[in-house]
Amino acid sequence: MIEFRQVTKRYDSDHTALRHVNFHLDRGELAFLTGHSGAGKSTLLKLVMVMERPTAGEVIVGGQKLNSLPRRQIPYIRRHIGVVFQNHQLLFDRTVFDNVAMPLEVMGASPEDTGRRVRAALDKVGLLSKEKMNPMQLSGGEQQRVGIARAVVNKPPVLLADEPTGNLDPELSADIMHLFTQFSQVGVTVLVATHDIALIHAMNRRTLTLNQGELVAGGGVSGH
Amino acid sequence: MATDSRQKPDGQRGANRARSVMGDQARSYLGHHRKVARDSMQRLWASPVASAMTWAVMGVALALPVALLLLLSSLQGVSAGWESTARITAYLDLDLPLSDARNVAREIGADGRVMTVQLVERDQALEEFRASSGLNEALDFLEENPLPHTLLVTPEDGARSADGVQALVTFVEKLRGVDQVQVDLGWLQRLNAMTDILARAVWALALLLGGAVILVIGNTVRLAIESRRDEILVAKLVGGTDAFVRRPFLYTGAWFGLGGGIVAWLLIQISLWWLSGPIERLAGLYRSEFTLQGPGVDGALALIIVAMLLGWLGAWVAVKRHLDDIEPGDIAGG
Repeated sequence: MIEFRQVTKRYDSDHTALRHVNFHLDRGELAFLTGHSGAGKSTLLKLVMVMERPTAGEVIVGGQKLNSLPRRQIPYIRRHIGVVFQNHQLLFDRTVFDNVAMPLEVMGASPEDTGRRVRAALDKVGLLSKEKMNPMQLSGGEQQRVGIARAVVNKPPVLLADEPTGNLDPELSADIMHLFTQFSQVGVTVLVATHDIALIHAMNRRTLTLNQGELVAGGGVSGH
Repeated sequence: MATDSRQKPDGQRGANRARSVMGDQARSYLGHHRKVARDSMQRLWASPVASAMTWAVMGVALALPVALLLLLSSLQGVSAGWESTARITAYLDLDLPLSDARNVAREIGADGRVMTVQLVERDQALEEFRASSGLNEALDFLEENPLPHTLLVTPEDGARSADGVQALVTFVEKLRGVDQVQVDLGWLQRLNAMTDILARAVWALALLLGGAVILVIGNTVRLAIESRRDEILVAKLVGGTDAFVRRPFLYTGAWFGLGGGIVAWLLIQISLWWLSGPIERLAGLYRSEFTLQGPGVDGALALIIVAMLLGWLGAWVAVKRHLDDIEPGDIAGG
């Protein structure tokens, strides 16, 4: 589902964020992406989302080579990738419902369809009763779950999460990891960037470890 | 369930599925446009003072050239009115017999461009001159009548333009027995030349002020883009196309245009009302039928549509310049 072939990303300066990174994530696989701060985790996620283009090598998502993707096609790729951020990126000028509905709105879904799918997503994260509230009225954990609902509302085949448990206590983190596990069980490829070692150990899943831009562990065949 | 009652029977649904999916998409696309249009209008209402200021600036900038254009078309109406009095005077050869003069008159009268031909016989002309000039005694010293037969030619409506009259003059000049043709077109041409210059000046002004309107709206929309940066970022992140992200701002521009157009129309109507009395008095003094014409319903609609287009264009310039800069590249920190 997500494949990196000899991917190198160099920024304008001499700074090389990723060096010859190779890995392949299957459909329905849940993997962690870890490494110290500045090791290239964010760069890797940005390459999947086509926020950045690789300097060398190939990034393939859902069978589509992203290198040669024209700029105007980028939105359509992003509709197949749900993203959860550490700081949620929720909009405080609208309700929880409207926040979650955004991916459907950009796709031009009908109001009935939108209503049904938003409520299904909110139900999944246990926030159905708060759809009319402003995200500002919610706790940090609830806000994060609204972000997750938004990321999965249009049933994307790929789910990326950047430090999704960064500000949460262990119990809430476990809840969120449980959600991610459930998504992977229905075929969603989930990649979670985190440096929460305890969490990684507790989950016992495949872990891609980056060090100075090089993939030092977890790059082999999936399942190892 | 409650939803079941709204669904059609199964067989019918299957047959119509492809069409209904297309229909659904078109409906939701239109629905989205309606929602965005309403939403951007509500945002303008939400800050009434700022919006009213923009509308006022736009209204003044649009009212000025439109008022001048109205004045111009009124002036052109006046010159067209004066053209109706244009008359060609043809002096025939001095020694032309009266019967030949009648023939020339018939020949001219047969032309399609001529409404009436009046023959003034030389004796009659002398009598009139004698009566009107007061040179009665001086004229008695002349051995013979120095005046030729004269034809007064009034052109048809269609031939009353400066060019039409000129063509008619050429035609009459070439006729046998015609000595000289006179038509006082000079002042008409001068007036036409002046209105031409005025027209160009007004259009130049209109272009400049139209450009100013685009810049004003562009700047206003730029501020709107800045204030909605987060929303644009999220929309782009979840796969919003450029068109989707631009749409609310383009509607904002068009609504600014709508308001500006209405303000401009109001300003013009108020000015017309205020000026109409004095202008009527002045025109009365010149015995002219000059009236300042208002824009009318068509003109008002055209004004508002042009204003909306200018607003849309201004928004488009801003969106093109600033929206593409907002890329979610630095959103995933760390």
